[in-house]
Amino acid sequence: MPIFSRGFHGHRRDDVDPARVPPGQYVTNGFPVLSAGPTPRPHLADWSFTIQGAVDRVVTWSWDEFHELPTETFTLDIHCVTKWTKLDTTWTGVSVDTLLEHARPSAGFVTAYADGNYTTNLTLDDITGGKAWIVDTFDGVPLEAEHGGPARMLVPHLYFWKSAKWVRGLNVTPTDEPGFWETNGYNNHGDPWLEQRYWGD
Amino acid sequence: MTEPSVARAPIVWREATVRETIDENAHARTLVFDVPGWQGHLAGQHVDVRLTAEDGYVAERSYSIASAPKDPLSLTIERLDDGEVSPYLSEELRQGDALELRGPIGGFFTWRVEDGGPLLLIGGGSGLVPLMSMLRHHRAEQSAIDVRLLLSARTADDILFRHELDALEGVSVSYTLTRSWPDDWTGFQRRIDADMLEAVAPAPSARPHTFVCGPTPFVESAANLLVSLGHEPRSIRAERFGPTGG
Repeated sequence: MPIFSRGFHGHRRDDVDPARVPPGQYVTNGFPVLSAGPTPRPHLADWSFTIQGAVDRVVTWSWDEFHELPTETFTLDIHCVTKWTKLDTTWTGVSVDTLLEHARPSAGFVTAYADGNYTTNLTLDDITGGKAWIVDTFDGVPLEAEHGGPARMLVPHLYFWKSAKWVRGLNVTPTDEPGFWETNGYNNHGDPWLEQRYWGD
Repeated sequence: MTEPSVARAPIVWREATVRETIDENAHARTLVFDVPGWQGHLAGQHVDVRLTAEDGYVAERSYSIASAPKDPLSLTIERLDDGEVSPYLSEELRQGDALELRGPIGGFFTWRVEDGGPLLLIGGGSGLVPLMSMLRHHRAEQSAIDVRLLLSARTADDILFRHELDALEGVSVSYTLTRSWPDDWTGFQRRIDADMLEAVAPAPSARPHTFVCGPTPFVESAANLLVSLGHEPRSIRAERFGPTGG
């Protein structure tokens, strides 16, 4: 039996399909910024992306090499644990499947690591099969630094903290190693449709 | 499926009853709650609030905790005029009303006296709220840790908790007003810049614990300035919010 809030009516949006909004989320037209510290601003000449750890071959791409990889452009919805959902966001980037083909992982867990000492953990299953990308373009223009540029992870089926901003690589690990928010009160998996926001959800 | 390696107790929804409401200024109201079963919190944490309309429609939002860890739980809500939840919380909700909340949430933007100092707090507008919890904690523990607060607000009337801030002992409180100021104003009169931070903050070599909270452009600017002044990026903890439907 929920507690009803006397006098509360809310702002229902008739322009939004409720089936696209996970429980506890609301749709925003803006693009809020969430990050735990200052925004890193690396020089592109120093930028690289590496897949390492439990892999057949450690692979590193420079910024230019990364841009020789095939890209995909796609439109999908994103969900932040702080309650906002943004519909129909358009990104361009490289599929994680494409990157992993070069490295061939030999274990089932991944830590995405990023500038600013950020990490987040994922299972290989959660980032393969067309479910994750490394993106550098949002709405047709280079991704802004405060939104994770020059490049960020994009794992749209999980809460957005899993989509590591300023990502610089993936470390494949034989065991699950909770990352930054996952050791600071947030759920290890983060499925918005199951409302896995916090520890114990 | 993956599960955390350590069992974590679920953060359950609890019924919270409004014990008291306090109007802070024209835009902000403090709600003090009785929450049976509440386990306490750390300064800087937040809660999720859930409202349910009579037809079952539900809205959830997150709000920073304003109270010190050992005091009754209080939230200070700034009204966003086109918001869905904040106008209800800051205008409609009355003493004795109940809602659901769960928490405390967040293990990074937190400070305890045991964490040490010096402590540098930089707030923009209602971004003061989680910093206020830290200041109240510092006061309640009678801590001698060096604390500096720099608060940016549009006008003097927009400064939350002004009397309480002015009465804090052993805390250096600096204000800057960005839109207008009284004739007798002695504080800063501009947006936060490098000179202001240098005047207010401990030297980078003192390795302050720094917390910055406010709207995104404010936090971006303050955090970037601190880094450019030589503060260690890892020592700067940021919490950003935007007018996104509140």
